[in-house]
This record gives sequence, structure tokens and C-alpha cells, in this order.
Amino acid sequence: MALCVDIKKRLGDFHLNVKFEAENETLALLGSSGCGKSVTLRCISGIMTPDEGHIELDGRVFFDSDKKINLSPQKRQVGFLFQQYALFPNMTVEQNIAAAVSDKKRRKDVVTEMLRAFRLEDEAQKRPDELSGGQQQRTALARILATNPQILLLDEPFSALDSYLRSQLELELMDTLSKFHGNVIWVSHDRGEVFRNCSRVCVVENGKSEPVVTMDSLFHDPGTESAARLSGCKNFVAVSPEGSIVKIPEWSVSLQCGRPVPNSVGSVGLRAHYFRFASLGEENAINCKVERVIEDVFSEIIMLRPVGSRSDAPLIRMETQKELWSAQHDKESVTISIAPQDILLLR
Amino acid sequence: MDWFPLINSLRIAAIATMVIFFVGIIAAYYIDKTPRLVKGILDVLLTLPLVLPPTVVGYLLLRLLGPRHPIGQWFLEVFSTKLVMTWWSAIFASVVVAFPLMYRTARGAFASFDNTLSDAGRTLGLSNTYIFWRIRMPYCKMGILAGTVLAFARALGEYGATSMIAGYTPGKTATISTTVYQLWRTGDDALALKWVLVNIAISAIVLMSINFLEKSRRRKVVA
Repeated sequence: MALCVDIKKRLGDFHLNVKFEAENETLALLGSSGCGKSVTLRCISGIMTPDEGHIELDGRVFFDSDKKINLSPQKRQVGFLFQQYALFPNMTVEQNIAAAVSDKKRRKDVVTEMLRAFRLEDEAQKRPDELSGGQQQRTALARILATNPQILLLDEPFSALDSYLRSQLELELMDTLSKFHGNVIWVSHDRGEVFRNCSRVCVVENGKSEPVVTMDSLFHDPGTESAARLSGCKNFVAVSPEGSIVKIPEWSVSLQCGRPVPNSVGSVGLRAHYFRFASLGEENAINCKVERVIEDVFSEIIMLRPVGSRSDAPLIRMETQKELWSAQHDKESVTISIAPQDILLLR
Repeated sequence: MDWFPLINSLRIAAIATMVIFFVGIIAAYYIDKTPRLVKGILDVLLTLPLVLPPTVVGYLLLRLLGPRHPIGQWFLEVFSTKLVMTWWSAIFASVVVAFPLMYRTARGAFASFDNTLSDAGRTLGLSNTYIFWRIRMPYCKMGILAGTVLAFARALGEYGATSMIAGYTPGKTATISTTVYQLWRTGDDALALKWVLVNIAISAIVLMSINFLEKSRRRKVVA
């Protein structure tokens, strides 16, 4: 079970250039909105046609611009979960599912089975606009799985839902996916959602895909600034490498990275919650002036200017527990540090 | 009272509406997919009868279908029948004049269609025919129904082009509108008034049904 995608498409000024392979796994396409994740899914499903390239699933060629192959969406057997679920508004839940079963003899059995599996028996005669967001999603999934898809494409599966519903539905979706033996491509902009549900991730930025990496390496060694940003990193600053040290001219500090820093490294990423309060003289200590304090729900966000930094230098954003901040005597200037292994080296 | 004009008007309008229904939907659906320039030109051509005086439409139809003009002459030679001055000649006039109402309304209805629904249908393996008739059409039902009713109302009230292409022959080509004119011209005011009232009654029923459709559409949106 493998999906190979290598496509290019122009949409006005936007250039899509996406390349990745997925084994029998749940692969995330992670990117900010408008980066081309959804267009990629549309090309895989056949709703959109790439300008050039190749799409193949388990040896079945969906699209090949050289060989002039372009299977219709109907022939691809792709299960596409749309953002707003795209349930047919003129049909009941039962009819929505039945429409997807082409085999007339099995239709009734499949519909009964799906209604039961997705706990929709009581909703069978309702129309989509009478359903809750969660029921709509279950109906859409039931309808998709009734077609026996070879692959599932999930386009921001929770974007249509209120946040308090999401965590519950995410658990349900996990259960559903664990029973599905095939490839799943999960499009999202939410790093947490992707981390909890996917095995590997392909970061898409401005229409271009980066190499597929494991979840672990996305968070511990994202490699590029865009990947680091998507993984939740908030501080970025230009550096010049020197052995295992990076010099940060803008802050006039040097940080020990505890490992050789390649010359290709141009900047570092520093996660806001990896900073801790320290005393002068400690490794990687940075003496800072407090510029601003923002109270968050469970933490304190502190914006810091390193002493001796240039006026146009970026501020450090630090996130810490409320107790640790209130334990600080001097709220005007503080010394902070970051462990060498927590410094993300970026190209 | 001879009810022939009522029956004639109704059958002309009914047949014209049937033609307009299918041709209008197909035109609205396919023209929307053509390149912009083609769409612009076809849009103007198909909407023109809405703003042209019916006499101009009648004139153009006669230039096409009259016995001494290309199509009419050919038809006369092959079928030994004239295309004009029969009761069904009025169908041509009604179709051309009422067509833009259906075309325009259907286009608006299709434009409001959520295309992810047809995308979803295709990924689920549904045929394009199924998607069109079972998903797109029901979704646009209210708009298309409204367009059909409007086209029927307009076809029923057609006078100018009809009188030119079908004339007025009592018991043969007379419609309500041509009868009213003829009765007024010959001074039969009492009978003319009766037909006027019949016409107003029918039009009122048609308009009421449009209102009803509009209301149920709005109710659907609110729900």
C-alpha cells in the first residue's frame, strides 16, 4: 500500500509543486491556510487535474502527464472527507449513505451496517441540516466507507466544528481510522491534531512540499523555519555558526548548541516554553529587560529584550508557569537560559 | 361563450414551457462552462428577446419561417405545410419570447449550487447524470420552478409576435390575447371584458404560485 504523488499545477500566481510518498500509514500534510494542501487532495482524488506529474496508488496509476493517463474521480476509489462534509442536502442520512453503494443487492445491508457502526440509527430519516456537527461528520464518514475506498483523504476534518466538540470527535475518528486498513492523508494546519493522529508529516509551504519526516523529527529537528513555525516554534533569529556555538549578532549573545553546527545553518528556532529562569554565569544565560507581560489562561507570556541587543532585533517570547513568574523578585529584568539540545538549527 | 381561445392559449403555453424547460436548463448548464467571450455573446443573444419589442421578434421569425424564406420554404416543400398561420405557429413565438426568463432564472439557480456537492458525488463514484438529476436539480429546484412558472406566464400572455406569426382566425389560431384585441377592435366590449377577467384570473393564480414558491424557499433557508 503506497501512494506516490509528484505533481505541479499553476493556479494564477500560485505554483503548486508537491512531492511525497506515503506507505500504509496516516500521513499529515501540514501547512498554513492557502498553502496548497487542499489542492493537493483535490488532485489526488481527481476533482482537479495537475498540469504535469504522476499520481499512483498501489501500482494503479491515477494520473500521468507523460503517458496521458487521467482516471476519472469515479474510478479512483478515493474516500474524500470534505471540510464541510458535502452531505447531499436533499437526501436523508440513509439516502446519503445508500447513494454511495453502487451494488444494488448489497445496498440495504451496507446501509444498515453503516448506520449501526456509526450510531446513526436514530438519525436515519433526518436530513443533514437537522444533524449536529458530529452527526454530520459521522454520516460523511459512513458514506465514504460504504464505497470501500482504497485511501482516505481528510481535509481539515474538524474545521467545521466548535472547539469543545473537537476533542470528543477526534477520539471517535481515531477509532474509525484504526479499523481502516489503508492509506490516510490528513490535511491540517493544527500541529497538535497532526501530532496526536499521524505517524509522519509532510510540510507544505507556499505550494511547495518539504521531505516527509517523522513526527518526532518535526518537533525536535524541523530543519526549516516554516516547518519549525508550523510545529509551534515562536522565536527565530539569524545566527552565524562557529564550531558548536552559534553567534547571534542581533542580540549580541552566543549560544552553546552541544553539537557541531553545520555551516549551512542560518538561523535558530527557540521554543517559547523551553526558556527557563536562570542566574548569570550559567550556560546559555541571557540577561534581558522585561518589555511586556501577557497573562494567558494557564501560563504567563513574557516578552523580553536581551541586554545589548540591536533596536530592531526580535524580542524573545517566553512562556512559563504562573507560579514561576510570580516567584521572580525582579520583574523589570531577568536572566533566562535555554538548554543546548533545545536549540533548533534551521537552514 | 366559445372557450377555444382559452384552450388554445393554454396548450400553446404548455408546449412552449415544456420546450423552454429542457432547452433552458441545458443552455444554462452548458453555457456556464464555456469560455468567457462565448458566454458573453450567447448570454446577450439568448436574453435579447426579453428586451426586444415582440413585433421585432415576430418580424425576425417571419423572415426565418415564412413560406418565402429559407426554413419555411424548405418545410413547405417537404411537408406541404406552412410553418406560419397555424395554431402551433404561436409556439415558436412563445418559446423565443419566454425563453430568457427560464434561462436567466436557471442560470442564477445553478450559480448558487455548491460545487463541492458534485465533487463529493464524483469521488463517491456517482455518474455525472445521477449527480445532475438527483443532486444538482433538487438543490436548484425552487429557482428552476420559479423560472418555469415565469416562462409559462409570459408564454400565456404573448401577443405581439404571436399575432404576426399565427394571425387571428377564430376557432383556429385565436388566443386569449389576440381575441381581446379583436373583440375590442370590433366593439364587442362586454365579451372583451370577460376575456380580460379570465386572463387576469389566470395570471393572478400563476403569480400566487410564484409567491408560494418564494416563501417555501425562504422557509427552507431559515430552517
